Parts: sequence; C-alpha cells; structure tokens
Amino acid sequence: MIKQLQSLGRISIDTCISIGRSGLFLTQVLFRKPRIRRSFPLLVQELFSVGILSLPIILVAALFIGMVVALQGHNTLAKFGADAQLGQLLALSVVRELGPVVTALLFAGRAGSALTAEIGLMKTTEQLASMEMMAVDPLWRVIAPRFWAGLISMPILALIFNAVAIYGGSWVAIDWLGVTGGTFWSNMQAAVGFRVDIISGIIKSLVFGFVIIWTAVYQGYDCVPTAEGMSRATTRSVVYASLIVLGLDFVLTAMMLGDW
Amino acid sequence: MNNKTVELLVGAFIIAGIAALLVLALKVSGLNYYPGQGTYQLTASFDNIGGLKVRAPVRLAGVQVGEVRAITIDPKTFKAVVTLAIDSKQNQLPVDTSANIQTEGLLGSNFIGLAPGYAEDFLKDNDRIEITHSALILENLIGQFLYSVNKK
Repeated sequence: MIKQLQSLGRISIDTCISIGRSGLFLTQVLFRKPRIRRSFPLLVQELFSVGILSLPIILVAALFIGMVVALQGHNTLAKFGADAQLGQLLALSVVRELGPVVTALLFAGRAGSALTAEIGLMKTTEQLASMEMMAVDPLWRVIAPRFWAGLISMPILALIFNAVAIYGGSWVAIDWLGVTGGTFWSNMQAAVGFRVDIISGIIKSLVFGFVIIWTAVYQGYDCVPTAEGMSRATTRSVVYASLIVLGLDFVLTAMMLGDW
Repeated sequence: MNNKTVELLVGAFIIAGIAALLVLALKVSGLNYYPGQGTYQLTASFDNIGGLKVRAPVRLAGVQVGEVRAITIDPKTFKAVVTLAIDSKQNQLPVDTSANIQTEGLLGSNFIGLAPGYAEDFLKDNDRIEITHSALILENLIGQFLYSVNKK
C-alpha cells in the first residue's frame, strides 16, 4: 500500500518535472535574440522538409475526406429531401473540425515523428554535444528553425486541406450525385462566415501546430540517448501530440461555440 | 536537391497557402455556374421572396435554365426586385411568362419556377416579368389554418 502510494507520488513528481522542463525549453527556444539574416536559410530548409514533404499525404487525405463527407451527407440528407443543404454540411464540418484536426493528426504522424527521430539521433550520436563544444548553440541552430517551420506550415497545410476537401466534396456532390451547383455553393456561402468559421479554424490549426511541434521537438531533445530511448521518444511524440490535439480540440470548440 | 529548388518550392508552398485562404474567403463569390456571356437578364418583382438567395436556380418545367443574379428592394413599392440570368438558348419565353417562388421539398431551399404563357412576343434582355407569385410561407399558412380551425 505504502509502496503504491510512493510510486504514484514518484510518477506525479516526474510528470511535473518533465512538464516544467519542457516549458523552460520552450521559453529558451522562443525568447532569444533574433538573428534573422542568419537563421532565414535554416528556416527555409526546414519549411521544405516539414511543410512541403507533408503535402502529398495532406492532399490525398483531404480529397478523400471531402468526397466521403459529401457521399455520407447526401445519403442522409436525401431522405429528408434536403440535399440542397449538402454544401453547408460539407463546408462547416470541414472548415470547423475535420480540416484542423485531421491535418494536425497527419502532421503529428508525418512531420512530428520525423523531427523527434532526427533530433533524437542527433543527440544519441552526440552531434548536439559537439555543436556546443564548437560554441554553436544547438537550440538556435537545430531546434528553433524546426519549431518556427512547424508553426508556420501547420496553418498553411490546414488551409490547403480545407480548400481541397471542399472541392473534392463539391466534385462528388455536383458532378456525380447531381446536386444543383448554384444551390450547393449559395447555401454554403450563406452558412459559412469568414470570421466565425474560417478564422477560428485557422486559430485552431495554429494552436495544434504549436502543441505538436513543441511535443515533437522536446521529446527529441529530451530522449534517452540510446536506440531504445529514441524509438520510445518517437512513439511518445506521436501519441502525446495526437491526444493533446484531440483534447484541445474539444476545449477550443467549446470556447468558440460559447460567447467567444 | 540544391538550395534554389528548395527556396522555390517553399515559395510555392506559401503561395499555395495564401491561394487556399483566398479560395476559402472568396467562395462567397464562388464558382459561376452561369457566366456573364451566354445569358440574358430578366427582372421580376415579388411581394415576399421568402428564403430565396442569390445564385438560387431558375427552372423551366423543372429543368434549370438560369440562376438568380441579384436581389434588391424597390424603394417606392417596397417589393423585392429579383434579377435573373437566363441561358440565351432559352430566348423564346413568351412575354406573359409567370415567375413563382417554389420550394424543393418541405425543408429544401427556394428556387424560381418559370411557367410560360401563350403570347406571340418573346421576352428580351432586361425585360420585366409582370406575373409573379410570392413565396409560400409555411408559418403563415399554419397560422391561418389554426385560426380557421379555432373559429369553428
């Protein structure tokens, strides 16, 4: 009994310590003297590997999710003769929920895991330590560009996801299921507000991007420098990031649907 | 992959993001089902247009022949003036054609149904459709029905 209580205590202390350490780590990455001229090429390189290399999976997922939502929505709405509202259903569900959340989950799986593994390997092979020996700050040289690249590319990916999913859905709805094009778009445009729906979708994806990239970079930087430690860190990065995204999504939606 | 290609691709990526934002924002203007050319315009005024929206379809015998281009208010008569863009292939509508606001099913959205008349002359660009029937407002009907039921 005492032993179990003790282990519970140890687990909570460890959790608090690691949360605190990751917070300190984040402030060290965020608040530092900007050296824009020198970090810009590094940022561009990371934007390529984090953002552009994630594009194919985002595009394919977006296309099929848009098409499936249109198909399912039409199937149900047609029972009530309300298939003219399909555009509204598709646009609202994609822009508010599916766009930010699915992009975040894919981003955590595609870019987050890669970042964790990369940084973890750098730590395991003592590249980070040797950088410090050469008086190059690894937080500036390795971590910061990856962090900012993730934060920038996540909303862009979510926006592209939204556009592709809506066009995929409209393709199924109009060209295949025979919903009238004019009503489809006009109902959609009447229902979707720029500030209420699109901007809050962007805010969601920014928050998700922040959380995912923070988790990924911290897990890599903090991993146990062995092969097993690296694999654990990579798994943890994806699992934690996905769970936090899903949880935060509920909180953010509650805030946005409330009088916010 | 050399530096120039990477920079080029990143630039394209950022542009794609901005383009996606524009698509999402400007969907309000959206895809034009009936573009300016190939159509001619008619106007029709209604007492009440119900839930009719811009870009709602215009149907002749159930077949779409155009769409609603604009909805304004006539400040003198307080009637709603609806501008219709009709496919120029349908240029033989008689002048006594009537326009009715109808609903797709019980819960569906509104559209304009055209019912052709028997006149020999045809409607031309910017003509007015004189005979119109307003939207059927379900709530009003239910109200009237309840009122008449209570009187008995």
